[in-house]
Amino acid sequence: MHEGDPSKAVLSCRGVHKYLGDETQQVHVLKGVDINLYRGNTYAIVGPSGCGKSTLLYTLGLLDRQDEGHINIDGIDVTKASDEERTQIRNEKIGFVFQFHFLLPEFTATENLIIPMWKRGNRKALTMERRAHMLLQSVGLGDKTHRLANRLSGGEQQRVAIARALANDPPIVLADEPTGNLDVRNSNIVFDLLYQLSKKNNQAVLIVTHNPDIARRCDFILKMRDGVFTTMDS
Amino acid sequence: MIMSLTGIVLGVALFILALSMTTGFEQLFIKTVLGANGAVRVQDKFQENLVSYQISQQETGNQFEFGRAAGRKYRPGVEHADKVIEGIMEFKNVIAASKVLRGGVEVSNNFKEEPGQLYGIEKDTHLLVSDLEEQIVFGSLLEFQRNPTGVMIGSVLADRMLLEPGESIIISEANEPYRFIVEAIYETGYREIDRERIFVDINQARTVFKRPHETSYVQVSLFDPEKADDDRFMMEAVVQHIVAPWQEREKVWLQFFKALRVISSASLLSIIIIAGLGMYSTLAIIVMEKTREISILRSMGYTRKDVTNIFIWQGFIVTLIGIGFGWLTGAFLTYTISRIPIRIRGIFSTDTFVVDWSFSHYLLAAVIAFFIVMTACILPARRASRLEPADVVRGTSG
Ligand SMILES: Nc1ncnc2c1ncn2[C@@H]1O[C@H](COP(=O)(O)OP(=O)(O)OP(=O)(O)O)[C@@H](O)[C@H]1O
Ligand SMILES: [Mg+2]
Repeated sequence: MHEGDPSKAVLSCRGVHKYLGDETQQVHVLKGVDINLYRGNTYAIVGPSGCGKSTLLYTLGLLDRQDEGHINIDGIDVTKASDEERTQIRNEKIGFVFQFHFLLPEFTATENLIIPMWKRGNRKALTMERRAHMLLQSVGLGDKTHRLANRLSGGEQQRVAIARALANDPPIVLADEPTGNLDVRNSNIVFDLLYQLSKKNNQAVLIVTHNPDIARRCDFILKMRDGVFTTMDS
Repeated sequence: MIMSLTGIVLGVALFILALSMTTGFEQLFIKTVLGANGAVRVQDKFQENLVSYQISQQETGNQFEFGRAAGRKYRPGVEHADKVIEGIMEFKNVIAASKVLRGGVEVSNNFKEEPGQLYGIEKDTHLLVSDLEEQIVFGSLLEFQRNPTGVMIGSVLADRMLLEPGESIIISEANEPYRFIVEAIYETGYREIDRERIFVDINQARTVFKRPHETSYVQVSLFDPEKADDDRFMMEAVVQHIVAPWQEREKVWLQFFKALRVISSASLLSIIIIAGLGMYSTLAIIVMEKTREISILRSMGYTRKDVTNIFIWQGFIVTLIGIGFGWLTGAFLTYTISRIPIRIRGIFSTDTFVVDWSFSHYLLAAVIAFFIVMTACILPARRASRLEPADVVRGTSG
């Protein structure tokens, strides 16, 4: 699909099928998806509502299990990985940004960033805190590090969520309509952040979006329809 | 959460209070019976029946024990009491042993006539096998010991006959009257005792009953009364008399106390169980409210186990706080209750609620509360961990 050596892809999948719903009402959502994502690039997935964009994102992000097909993340074949292995890969390799920020409201911005680092357990407490401040600084919230998450504006919360997705410096960032709840100004701030950080940190960023402006500004646009990719522009 | 916490506190506190009161009263009762009747009583001589012993040996060849048990013959009273005491004193656990001669009499003064039990005691050694000394409420022990015709009577009998120290009474057996002087009045609190027991020198009693050398039983005190039940068989073998430990003599009352303890703690257990149920539903609601947070934690790499532990931990903290405050409240209630004046006579004597301070009650309450509440936490915690993050995220952001 995408030029380059597939063995260098940080995230790739082949022939992924996914069904949703129970036995009586099964929906064939993903109908054989292939994808290769490379570090340092930003990808937009666009397509009509209900075509399976979110489903693909959760499947690639190991939140959901594919019914068919192979997935490889950062050189690891996770097709048949156990729940524990998938959980660990989520922690180390993937940063999620959702349409709703999903911050833990009882905790400060800094603490929200420390939570994934804590689980990773490869940094000392002080280092974790310093890194959290650094990340919050980079999303322009250096002055609000100790604000409770629910005392931040929608745009600020989404920026904290982005910083959190980067907490463990994952090679892959998956964002499902990260600007869906934001006004134009905040949408641009959030997108610019994701874009610049992907370059700076050499990450592959996959953004599902309905916003054509944002899609256009990505390095690649993947068009999806009825559970498969149709074309690819760059 | 506050409700379940309160439940735990209350359950633990009342549980402790119930245990401390029932054991308190039980121990007072035990002290009373030990103080009145001694830990062990040696009574009734027995003799192995040789005939039945031989028969059983012929039939089976080796049925010694059986033959012995079947062939026992009893004779009331203690034979060669001095020898028996000598044998009993050999036991390490024994403090003292003292002879008693007992019999029914009529007691009268010019006011009233009452039935009574005359207890002939050895005035000095009897103090070592009973709490008689502490139980004197009027008169003087010294006068009682000094006066050969002095008697000591119980408070109930004294009330009924309007007797005071220094007054004389007539004790008659087989219509033969003897005059004695009341030198002291005692109160054990055990009504039956205080109503009928009249203590007198054993030689006086022997004169009254015209049984010059006789002993009804030997009363024995022990360093460790708990061991009375174990010591008895060895003692029986040595002295060839029936040995009755207090546990057996007071079986009915002891079982009553046990039942009281079980019933009261079981009913208070229900408070803890209700607190556990409260905990269960509270946690279940929290799990439902926090599905988003749980999913986000899972998406960030927290395992199912991590999620379970978070909720177990939450339950654990609440349980711990509940037990802590339950202990404090329990101790406070126990103390307060022990200050409340209440006059009880009947099987013991007390003027306040009796409580027993024992850490084991606190430990037991803690263990039970911990077990019940933590069990209640496990189910919601498990349910939280089974949540599929994709389902939750799909439902909120798709
Ligand atoms: N739990 C479910 N059971 C059955 N079908 C489902 C379930 N969840 C989603 N679907 C269906 O799966 C399809 C893909 O859903 P998905 O959320 O991936 O779409 P999407 O492309 O992200 O849409 P949108 O742009 O509106 O977010 C839809 O047709 C949806 O109706
Ligand atoms: Mg979607």
